[in-house]
Amino acid sequence: MSAPATLSAGRTNSLVIRLPEGVDFALPLAGPLSRFYALAIDVAVYYAICSLLGNILVVVGLVSPDLARASMLIAYFVVPIAYGVGCEWLWRGQTVGKRLLRLRVMDATGLRLRFSQVLMRNLLRAVDLLPGFYLVGGTVCLLSRRGQRLGDLAAGTIVVRLPDERLPDFAALGLQFKFNSLRENHVLAARLRQRVPPALAAVALRAVLRREQLDPAPRVEIFRELAGQLKPIVPYPEAVSADLSDEAYVRNVVEIVFQPSGLASRAKRAMMPPSPS
Amino acid sequence: MILDLEKFTASARPHWDELEATLKKFDADPAHVFANLGEAQRFYYLYQRAASDLARLNTFSAEPEVRQRLDGLVARAYAELHSAREAGDSRWRPIDWLMRTFPQTFRRHIGAFWISLLITIAGCALGGFAVGMDPEAKQALLPYGHGEMDPNKRVAEEERGAGRDLEGRKASFSAHLMANNINVSITALALGLTWGIGTVVVLFYNGVMLGGVCVDYIVSGEGMFLAAWLLPHGSIEIPAILLAGQGGLMLARAVIGWGRRIPFSRRLRAILPDLATLIGGVAVMLIWAGIIEAFLSQYHAPVLPYSVKIAFGAVQLVNLILFLTFSGRVKNSAPAIA
Repeated sequence: MSAPATLSAGRTNSLVIRLPEGVDFALPLAGPLSRFYALAIDVAVYYAICSLLGNILVVVGLVSPDLARASMLIAYFVVPIAYGVGCEWLWRGQTVGKRLLRLRVMDATGLRLRFSQVLMRNLLRAVDLLPGFYLVGGTVCLLSRRGQRLGDLAAGTIVVRLPDERLPDFAALGLQFKFNSLRENHVLAARLRQRVPPALAAVALRAVLRREQLDPAPRVEIFRELAGQLKPIVPYPEAVSADLSDEAYVRNVVEIVFQPSGLASRAKRAMMPPSPS
Repeated sequence: MILDLEKFTASARPHWDELEATLKKFDADPAHVFANLGEAQRFYYLYQRAASDLARLNTFSAEPEVRQRLDGLVARAYAELHSAREAGDSRWRPIDWLMRTFPQTFRRHIGAFWISLLITIAGCALGGFAVGMDPEAKQALLPYGHGEMDPNKRVAEEERGAGRDLEGRKASFSAHLMANNINVSITALALGLTWGIGTVVVLFYNGVMLGGVCVDYIVSGEGMFLAAWLLPHGSIEIPAILLAGQGGLMLARAVIGWGRRIPFSRRLRAILPDLATLIGGVAVMLIWAGIIEAFLSQYHAPVLPYSVKIAFGAVQLVNLILFLTFSGRVKNSAPAIA
């Protein structure tokens, strides 16, 4: 339990952490563009907070204009820092912008984010902003392997993308009541589930889900290419695959990979008439 | 290898759900600690089980959603288990932090403070020398209108005005000073990332301005006014900037890595809590200095005798030195148990 985890660059856009237990997990890193959008939202939020405070202070100004001006001066200085530090600490590495764009600040070694890290990455923004418009921070972020700005480097933090944990809408596949010849060969179907790379499986799923939105020519082209990549992974006998169009082949593979067999068989059983016994 | 993925998922899912529920409890309460050994052991079991399920699932190329969920669960559980937690109640106590942690942190890195002080003194010497030798130089060196200002004329105006020019804007003036000085301090600390070059420049230039102003007033025979004007707030403000410089130099040392054969990230990780403490202490000092500067420093004789202001500033400076030197000292420094 006490042995340290090891880090590796892994794929270009993710940080792979190897646990002492010998298991790898990957943290997908946020790109500069999504971080910029999150920052833009955050800037809008803290200007909105300042503007709201300004309206409240108009009332204070009726009693003491000096106190109202002082409060406003302090608010414009404190709100951007307090907003970043407060949100990231209380929401475990997220601000409003990061929440909306599903980003999160994390410790670069996968450990819990400490308050000192949150504070320093927000204070060191002063250097990242130099000489203006995040030029230093943006350049360092682009050059850094883990997409870190200077504040992140010093605080030992990274910004990761949170994967969408919702399961895809399998009903939209429209496969529940269709015969899947590829599934009939259980051994090859099991092999298919083992060998299809997750990235290719995800692309195939999205292509199937969006097939009705595609124009006919690109639709044929996309499914031909996908089938071309899927077929060599687990070669099926000619008798099974010859009659299938490329699109049907991809659809069947997607069903095997993503849908638990129970669902499909239950759907099939529901279609069949009850047995006389 | 998993032969029946459905069966495997169905049997493991209750454990993943239990782990997720525990993690959600931690998310809701950042100060959460395990109530007893049994709870900790159960959590460790669930984590190991999820990690082993992830390893088994990695032999299966399909089910990316399940793997994504397990990736997230294992990452969060790993962070909870392996992150260091303070023993006992880990709530932040502001008084304890200010009276013990802050001065202790300052003393732990006293070397960086001396360097910060030396750089500022060097700047003071240059600024003072330049203004003393060539009065025209003050126009280039001194900011905020001091370059064009004749000290004798200013003293006469201030004494005639009796502090009336700040009537109705003391609070906003104070807020402006606080914001500006804290900003300069943050910049001095943050520029430690530039291998300390930026921090040295900020400290040195600050010294040049300070030295220039001092010599300008002393040469004009307004030394008394200068001491009464600067000491009440400067006795806190100037040390605060020096402490920010100390933080910047600590950061620079960690970036450069002098004499320490440990990786860059670990060097920075080691000093982060101390940097956060220093900059927090600096902010507190500068808030106090801002209040004093607006509400006391700008009043001059005959409203407030210079001797009172100088005495106030001197007592404050001595207290600050005593505080930073002695506060939070442990009398019986028994060796800590690792």
